[in-house]
Amino acid sequence: MPNALTRDQYLDLYYYMQLNRRLEDRLVTLFRQNKIVGGVYSSLGQEAVSVGTSFALEPRDWIAPMIRNIGALLVKGFKPRDIFTQHMAKFTSPTQGKDGTSHFGDLKVRHVVSPISMLGDLIPVMTGVAMAGRYLGQNIVAMTWIGDGGSSTGAFHEGLNFAATQRAPFVLIVENNQWAYSTPVARQVPIKNLADRAVAYGITSKIVDGNDVVAVYETTKSAVDECRAGRGPVLIEVKTMRMKGHAQHDPAEYVPKAMFDYWKTQDPIARYETYLSEHKLWDVRKKSEIDARIERELDADQKFAEESPMPPPELAEQGVYCDGCHTIEAEWRRPKKEVTPPAASEEAIWQVADFGAFKAAPPTTAAPAPVAARAAVSEGNGADSSIVANGETESAKQVPLRVPFGRGPKDRSVELERRDKAAERPPQHRPHHHKPHKKRRR
Amino acid sequence: MPEITMLEAIRQALFEEMERDPAVVAIGEDIGVYGGAFKATEGLLAKFGHERVIETPISETAIVGAACGMSYLGLRPVAEMQFIDFIACCFNQVTNFVAKSHYRYGAPVPMVLRGPSGGGVHGGPFHSANPEMYFVHTPGLKVVYPSTAYDAKGLLKSAIRDNNPVLFFEHKFLYRRVKEVVPASDFTVPIGKAVVRRQGGDLTILSYAAMAHVALEAAASLAAEGIEAEVIDLRTLLPLDSETILDSVKKTNRLLIVHEDTRTGGIAGEIAAIVCESAFEHLDAPIARVTGLDTPVPYSPPLEEHFLPNAEKVVSAARELAKY
Repeated sequence: MPNALTRDQYLDLYYYMQLNRRLEDRLVTLFRQNKIVGGVYSSLGQEAVSVGTSFALEPRDWIAPMIRNIGALLVKGFKPRDIFTQHMAKFTSPTQGKDGTSHFGDLKVRHVVSPISMLGDLIPVMTGVAMAGRYLGQNIVAMTWIGDGGSSTGAFHEGLNFAATQRAPFVLIVENNQWAYSTPVARQVPIKNLADRAVAYGITSKIVDGNDVVAVYETTKSAVDECRAGRGPVLIEVKTMRMKGHAQHDPAEYVPKAMFDYWKTQDPIARYETYLSEHKLWDVRKKSEIDARIERELDADQKFAEESPMPPPELAEQGVYCDGCHTIEAEWRRPKKEVTPPAASEEAIWQVADFGAFKAAPPTTAAPAPVAARAAVSEGNGADSSIVANGETESAKQVPLRVPFGRGPKDRSVELERRDKAAERPPQHRPHHHKPHKKRRR
Repeated sequence: MPEITMLEAIRQALFEEMERDPAVVAIGEDIGVYGGAFKATEGLLAKFGHERVIETPISETAIVGAACGMSYLGLRPVAEMQFIDFIACCFNQVTNFVAKSHYRYGAPVPMVLRGPSGGGVHGGPFHSANPEMYFVHTPGLKVVYPSTAYDAKGLLKSAIRDNNPVLFFEHKFLYRRVKEVVPASDFTVPIGKAVVRRQGGDLTILSYAAMAHVALEAAASLAAEGIEAEVIDLRTLLPLDSETILDSVKKTNRLLIVHEDTRTGGIAGEIAAIVCESAFEHLDAPIARVTGLDTPVPYSPPLEEHFLPNAEKVVSAARELAKY
């Protein structure tokens, strides 16, 4: 038996994926019956992504799901009734009808930030969540998702770059489902792996088969552990396939039939059922037990939603401002005196390792060199100045900056300069910036 | 007690709030070692350290987004735009994420977004703007625009303690030009309350920020001609203090609105509508306005001076009103 999880947890993965799928099946039916007010954005074929990633988190961790991450909301403890009522714009929905679909959240208990329709904006927001959690000593990880299409936005870059400079405990799941509405990923991004972008941000990245829920879980778990240990953000590219159109109105005729045919053979739930059977984690009786439980829960929650009232019209006027309806209080898990003068320090904390050392970026997506990150400091004793001091010492040893900006090794001016200098010096002594990167050693 | 500038008042408010509450953090570009482009955050880093004075890349969307995320955990971030013109770069984050958060799903965003705004310093089209009306048109935000050192300090403290996102505009022409003695005690100025700066019975001149000073200057000239103007400083644009506006109009029966912001879609139009709705029968004259031109703010001094309202323009508009 595989031992990354307990038997019950393996079965939970199945439960959440199947619940996700059966719930969305029902949403489609309700849509056709004209009982859904807005759209239905199917995550068919992507259930392993939402469930496998969020399953790696602890209750104190924060998520911000995107439109196709209903599975993550279920793992975080929201119920099918929340999804039904949201789509049906009912008064009993988490937003009381003010917003639809998966646009809802809960800051206090489940730690879920609601998405907005503009893509990429959750990345800086969740960076802030991660920073605040670290500041308060809560030892949390923040996670959000972005599609292949959404990775083209400016907010994606600004957010991820900021997260990287802050070494924030932040996991970004790049959910590459190969289609941004009707645009194939090749027209969105001119590189093979979206994970390759992580190199430019100086952060760790991983690539995983998004239709293998165990692999998604294990990869995410290791990323979450790295984050929690203070090693900075991790980007995980999850390769999968959107098996429906952008939303119910879209028949996705632009997707080649052969592509759908291939990916049907990769169905994450069918694959996981085989996995469970092969590893003897369940039997037919157990499967039908879980399936029956899912139908029972969905029946009850759908009934609840259908029988729920619409919101009273006057509700539209309420809730624009917080007029004392919320008590805002940070949950401190470290002594406040660490961040109040005189304990607060003005010294630089984050250092870029190897700055100016002429080391080429690693060819693959490897972890960056360890730095004196504040996260590591606040993990233990926030006022531990020795760790900060180490960072300082390391920076003092750094090679001074001498980058030949804008000149590649084949640039004619570089060649001429090299010849000039070679004439003045012994031939074996070559100046720094002409050395091929791979030969450089520290 | 020495006189302090508006800039110093803002700096003091930040210091005192960060001292009072460790949930208050500052975030923005060059706000640490350098102390901010206008030195509004000078000394904060030395006192409160990097964890609370967060220097960011040139990424306005990241600044506002991260501040919003931090506020979700109960922090009270004060984000700085190096110049308020750059708020355009994070318009989506402010208007769609931050402003709608509480309404959509009951998630309050107790953050402040502050920055230097306004013209008169020859900053050109990208360092002189008054973009307040984009945000006055956005439910969920509060918009504050003080004109004195006392108000700046008191209003910034109120903004930081508010449970809603507050946009705090700081007129850079006033930064070092207005000075006054500010009490040492911990005081606040309420958001949403206008103030009558000068009493008068002949007409009401409504204004805010740098133009509040222009209005006062004009009122002094008008007094020499026997016209007594009542001058109101709005201080907060959203929520607007309609009560103070209407009370004054009912008393003077004439209204002149002065703002530096461009004319079309400026707050003068909104105020005119409110007065017509609620005090039409009290008006003895059409509502007049003196505003910036419907152009970008030009760079060259003669052009910018032509763009900006001044006391002379206000006086001549007031004279016309007084004839009714």
